Amino acid sequence: MQINVNGKSCQIKATTVFDALAELGYADAKIATAVNEAFIPEAVRPTHKLHSGDRLEILAPMQGG
Amino acid sequence: MRKFYGVTLNSPLMLGTAQYPSPAILADAFKASGASVATVSLRRENGADQDGGQGQAFWSLIHALDVKILPNTAGCHSVKEAVTTAHMAREMFDTNWIKLEVIGNTDTLQPDVFGLVEAAKILSDDGFEVFPYTTEDLGVADRLLNAGCEVLMPWGAPIGSGQGINNPLGLRSLRAHFPDTPLVVDAGIGLPSHAAFAMELGYDAVLLNTAVAKAGDPAQMARAMANAATAGQLAAIADPMEPRDMAAPSTPVIGKAFLS
Repeated sequence: MQINVNGKSCQIKATTVFDALAELGYADAKIATAVNEAFIPEAVRPTHKLHSGDRLEILAPMQGG
Repeated sequence: MRKFYGVTLNSPLMLGTAQYPSPAILADAFKASGASVATVSLRRENGADQDGGQGQAFWSLIHALDVKILPNTAGCHSVKEAVTTAHMAREMFDTNWIKLEVIGNTDTLQPDVFGLVEAAKILSDDGFEVFPYTTEDLGVADRLLNAGCEVLMPWGAPIGSGQGINNPLGLRSLRAHFPDTPLVVDAGIGLPSHAAFAMELGYDAVLLNTAVAKAGDPAQMARAMANAATAGQLAAIADPMEPRDMAAPSTPVIGKAFLS
């Protein structure tokens, strides 16, 4: 299905956030996620279903002031 | 010494982690300064690779600093955006501390104090320990405290401007009105003298980033900022003399020889 990952269109086979992260190479990464502007806690990723057109945000620790 | 949500800091310097020439120089600046707190952010991971992406390397770096982590909501312009970012930061950094920024003006990066109070209430009710980036306005400060904040972080000058303390009277007034609240001057500090002055006003810490990261020698400047903040803190504790308009000789007049 076609979803949007960090602002870019992306084709994935996974149907959950957890599986999508593994498919995209973030299985062991220190990240936080949101779908359609709503926070998806790590514990919810395996059960949160993705739908075509969803906007997945994958955030990481970065420099900040 | 006032505590920050029960935590006593071993240095009055809080240091940002952005804009350094390299990760190694960032680490050197923290080591040289002994800063007690590092501010960090959340941004889009730039792509997984064999190292897991840029964010993963930064994660390792800040862990090695062995300082208290203060995630921010920098760049958020709405309450919803700031609250969602705070939740993501809490999970990511495993801390209830959040430097809450709700930006109201893109030119000055002045806080949207109405949104700030609203977001502070939501987050405090949800167990966050909020460090609100605010102005020196007493009414806003009162509302932030009523919303559950136990720390206030008024700006000294616009973020990244290096202008120093634009409104000493306002900051002095804030200190006087809230004698028991930990106060941090956040933003605008460009020189060690600014940091010392903020601390002389009785503030509990200073938070700065650009002044160190953009210095020719960040580690040296970080050390200078730490020393200045500590000097100002000691001066405030020492109860400075009252200034006066006229001169007053410090050398005793009594006993002076008659030689003219």
